[in-house]
Amino acid sequence: MAYVSIADRDHEIEHHDPQTFITKYVWSQDHKVIAIQYGGTAIVVGIVALCLSVMMRLQLGFPDSFDLITPENYYQFITMHGMIMVIYLLTALFLGGFGNYLIPLMCGSRDMVFPFMNMLSYWVYLVSVIILLASFFVPGGATGAGWTLYPPQAISQGTPGTDWGILMMLGSLAVFIVAFTMGGLNYVVTVLQARCRGMTLMRMPLSIWGIFIATILGLLAFPALLVSAIMMILDKTLLTSFFMPAMISAGEQTSHAGGSPVLFQHLFWFFGHPEVYIVALPAFGIVSDLLATHARKNIFGYRMMVWALLAIGGLSFIVWAHHMYVSGMNPYFGFFFATTTLIIAVPTALKVYNWVLTLWQGNIHLRVPMLFAIGFIFTFTHGGLTGLFLGNVTIDLPLSDTYFVVAHFHMVMGVSPILVVFGAIYHWYPKVSGRMYNETLGRWHFWLTFIGTYSIYLPMHYLGFLGVPRRYFAMGDTDFMPDSAQTLNASITITVIIVALTQLIFLYNMIASLRNGKPAGPNPWGATTLEWQTPDTPPKHGNWGHDLPVVHRWAYDYSVPGQEQDFTPQTVPADEVPVGRDHGVDH
Amino acid sequence: MTITLVFLGAIMITVITWLLRQTLNTQPWVSDAAADAVSGTSLDTSNKAIGLTTFLAVATAIFALFLSAYTLRMQQPDWRPLADPGILWFNTAILILASIAYHWTRNAAVNGNTARLKPGLLISGALTFTFLGGQLLAWQQLNASGFYVYTNPANAFFYLLTAVHGAHLLGGLWVWARSTTKVWTGAEADSVRLSIELCTVYWHFLLLVWIVMFGVLLST
Repeated sequence: MAYVSIADRDHEIEHHDPQTFITKYVWSQDHKVIAIQYGGTAIVVGIVALCLSVMMRLQLGFPDSFDLITPENYYQFITMHGMIMVIYLLTALFLGGFGNYLIPLMCGSRDMVFPFMNMLSYWVYLVSVIILLASFFVPGGATGAGWTLYPPQAISQGTPGTDWGILMMLGSLAVFIVAFTMGGLNYVVTVLQARCRGMTLMRMPLSIWGIFIATILGLLAFPALLVSAIMMILDKTLLTSFFMPAMISAGEQTSHAGGSPVLFQHLFWFFGHPEVYIVALPAFGIVSDLLATHARKNIFGYRMMVWALLAIGGLSFIVWAHHMYVSGMNPYFGFFFATTTLIIAVPTALKVYNWVLTLWQGNIHLRVPMLFAIGFIFTFTHGGLTGLFLGNVTIDLPLSDTYFVVAHFHMVMGVSPILVVFGAIYHWYPKVSGRMYNETLGRWHFWLTFIGTYSIYLPMHYLGFLGVPRRYFAMGDTDFMPDSAQTLNASITITVIIVALTQLIFLYNMIASLRNGKPAGPNPWGATTLEWQTPDTPPKHGNWGHDLPVVHRWAYDYSVPGQEQDFTPQTVPADEVPVGRDHGVDH
Repeated sequence: MTITLVFLGAIMITVITWLLRQTLNTQPWVSDAAADAVSGTSLDTSNKAIGLTTFLAVATAIFALFLSAYTLRMQQPDWRPLADPGILWFNTAILILASIAYHWTRNAAVNGNTARLKPGLLISGALTFTFLGGQLLAWQQLNASGFYVYTNPANAFFYLLTAVHGAHLLGGLWVWARSTTKVWTGAEADSVRLSIELCTVYWHFLLLVWIVMFGVLLST
């Protein structure tokens, strides 16, 4: 393969040195500023979604005690909570936030390859967030269709927000997808084309692999959401019948006829399942780097980890209908999708084993990022195991509409990625801000969040086995639900409030440490990857000063025997410090 | 969903095979002078070309999903096939000519023939606008004969697919307008060469999409 030398290429990257405050911090084309803008916006909108979940829990724990929460509000809260958390927080934070910050720094480039488009991506994302939040204030309020937006109820009278709310939601999603596509093209091309000399694909840290493959998934999966959003907008505004069947609404025949609601479900989940991995793969990658760095040990089975990411990414496109077992499909399809779903467990379990084996005989430093990373292994394994239950058609059918499902997906794609997000923020905070956070507050934040989320979701599995239905505003009086179920619900709600308040510790720590934190120095963790080897901390515009770095080894040369330091940065040549295996380290 | 699966399967197999070939037989944990010498560029082509290729994959996903939805919705009993207006044949011919004209312009740009760029770009643009006008005319004819968007899903899909295709062409015309302005203000062939080359690829792509779409519309 022909390679272009770096010296020929460096001038091709647009140098867009910021001149004024506005171009430096607002309309900035610097990937680091864009990353912080993306991350900050995502966290703000995530806090809104967190407040919504507290409101829902207040109703479930203490029914009819709060006049503020009507059944309509409740459904609007559910819908907005789900959509915000999955798309506007997690997708935007992992790819727009961490992707933007880490890809150029970890790959050794000065910026993304298309900086202007990168800037545009953030501002278009902000527009989508504003449209979404504005839908609370339009006549009829936000949509209450559930985050899956299933027709016919999403656009039929009786569901909250069928006039304006649903249109704003669909419009906001379409705008978000445009923003994501602009960002995604940048991430893919930057990883492929803008790495520094010596950074072969297999020397990339796993964080970059996770983000890279998740971006490819996103680029191919989001179109399905776009297509279904466009068609639903037409069903709503031009009265077409793509998804809408003939219906009697409020005693009158609607003008729709013949549409197929299941078609929407296919399109939605064709996006929806890969979306799980769009969120999970960056988390997998980042957690691998956190574990290796804080256990001072190379990641176990690096190549297997990369191939497992590829396998999970490929398989994630042929499992979507396991979300639709209850929609009345052909049982043979159910068999097929159950099989593919269970096959995904193989590469995923392989990753879990590798994380645990990375810790084995490591020199484990239980610093805050490491606590979150180890916490992730627990919650992810837990959520993954209940996924095996739900992947089987016969077990899914009775459990599908219960709290078991709520517990499962919150464990696997709520708590787990969020633990990685926290771990990653603590891990890279010294590089982003140049300061250390307060370790004690960080520990409090971890333990309260970790134990708290377990006490929220573990009992929900039990509620699910009891048959407590999800999505209900109030449970009413039924024989199969004992009184203790309601007591449990109340205790979950109290825990939710504690966990939500705990996040204030995190916010305080992050903000106060900007001013009070000890100066972190360039490489407080003794990490090998490139972002810790920048000439300035925080890195300046252009990242690398005059010369681009040159890479001589993989990202995991920790604890090479016979060396004074227990880490060797990727930039150190092999003739100065031998590469791990050369020195007789057995893998 | 078969259409989408076939297409996505092809893309995923391409991506995964390529990545596997890059990653098999490498041992990143040993020193490797050859790897040290590698510049971090994976492909010997311009970043914009890779950007466009990636975007074409996204656009193909969108069209494949629409066609999947089309074939699934078609199975419902209320589907009444649409008699496609005859003007579509004329439009198809115009779009083919537009593609040829763009290719001709591209050849001029590659050979450094600045003089031929102006007529080339003008003809390609005019033909593309003619195509879009022809599509609008087809809409008008259908509307005039009572084939409204809401009367049957077949009509709805016709309007939707042509609109999405037209919107992609409009996006292409934005880039076309930029290179045309550059050429008019005296730019040399070299400075617009890449953008014209990429536009040519994009035009060919949209022609191919249109031919597949037209085929599906005619046959169903």
